[in-house]
Amino acid sequence: MNRSIPLAGSDHCGLHLFFCIVLGLLLAVSSATAATPAGPTVDITKFAFTPGELTIAPGTTVGWTNHDEVPHTVASTDKRLMSKALDTDDRFEHTFNEEGDFAYYCTLHPFMTGVVHVRKP
Amino acid sequence: MKPSDPNRTDIPDADRRKALGCLAAWTGAAVVWTVAGGVPRALGATSAGHVGDASKHALTFVQISDTHIGFHKEANPDVVGSLRRAIADIHTLPQAPAFVVHTGDVSHLSKPEEFGQARDLLGELKVDRVHTVPGEHDAIDDGVGGYLKFFDHDGKGRAWYSFDQGGVHFIGLNNVLNFKMGHLAALGDDQLAWLKADLAGVSHSTPVVVLAHIPMWTVWEPWGWGTADAAAAIALLRPFGSVTVLNGHIHQVLQKVEGHVALHTAMSLAYPLPTPGQAGIGEPGPVKVPAGELGKLLGTRQLSVVRGKHELALVDTPLDH
Repeated sequence: MNRSIPLAGSDHCGLHLFFCIVLGLLLAVSSATAATPAGPTVDITKFAFTPGELTIAPGTTVGWTNHDEVPHTVASTDKRLMSKALDTDDRFEHTFNEEGDFAYYCTLHPFMTGVVHVRKP
Repeated sequence: MKPSDPNRTDIPDADRRKALGCLAAWTGAAVVWTVAGGVPRALGATSAGHVGDASKHALTFVQISDTHIGFHKEANPDVVGSLRRAIADIHTLPQAPAFVVHTGDVSHLSKPEEFGQARDLLGELKVDRVHTVPGEHDAIDDGVGGYLKFFDHDGKGRAWYSFDQGGVHFIGLNNVLNFKMGHLAALGDDQLAWLKADLAGVSHSTPVVVLAHIPMWTVWEPWGWGTADAAAAIALLRPFGSVTVLNGHIHQVLQKVEGHVALHTAMSLAYPLPTPGQAGIGEPGPVKVPAGELGKLLGTRQLSVVRGKHELALVDTPLDH
């Protein structure tokens, strides 16, 4: 964002700076909103998917973010879900367009499981 | 040394030993154990971790495991340095090993550059060959397809194989595939059928050494520390007079003896993991230890077939020794 530097003793310039900051903040918030997926995020922490069970409407994008020091994956047995290796802070997103129950697991640690229920509201 | 060298030299066995037991030296405790009939018996303390007179060993080889090339987190920011220390240790052994085996997780993220770097590093070993089996970290994106581009030992496009050397039948297995949701990893029916056919041509008096990444017994199921169909493989191995199973995966030394079948897990060269189901730790993540402690928890294993003896000798040596 552009930030003007106020001249000393000038109220007008101070006001100008104020509006510049407000405008910049508004722009920052709106662009951050645009980059954030509409759907929920599943946290991968301590070798677990949290929440482990989600119910969403068709067309929703779900994101998974790995917070562990070791890699994990998000995969389903039928390979409809198949992420690359997610290293620390890596994110995987998938848009669910069809109704159904999507059970998934981590191929490195198959004891880690989760499920996404896709239902019309 | 070429890890993928298909030109193996099979040395015929002049005097087949009836059986091998297991003689293991826990250098951390500096005590030598003899295992006869499944009952460990302490022999006495060792100073340098050597088992007997090396010249009596018909065949000596080294096991390393879980190098995790590509890992760079706090638990060990320099896994390449750890592997190089292990290589230097292997080069100073009193009896040069015939070969080195690597029991899985050579890479951390299955990336081609990790496999390539690992192959180059293992190429620094002054041994004829390095035999590897895949870990689950080597099979992330494309099954073992990416791994096999660098470590296809017999050119058959699969991660299991066998070979004979020094009168011992060696078998490398892939027990990180066929994952099912919520279940332990497995060998799978195809591999079990291959194992049965492979063993059909081997005399029951021939010592057998099996390499596989994940323990071939259930160490701790909640953390995936076991192989779902290990029992089927062990049943095929049970008729043999001497079976030694060498595993990695859990980054620590454990053993189990079932009759003539001795199973051993090895230390990692990357980072320690908790003890199985360790209280207060809910997951098998890397354990961070104070500086100066890491080298005591990483290490190599020397194995020797002792001529005229029924025992296979094992020495686990930490990097700090």
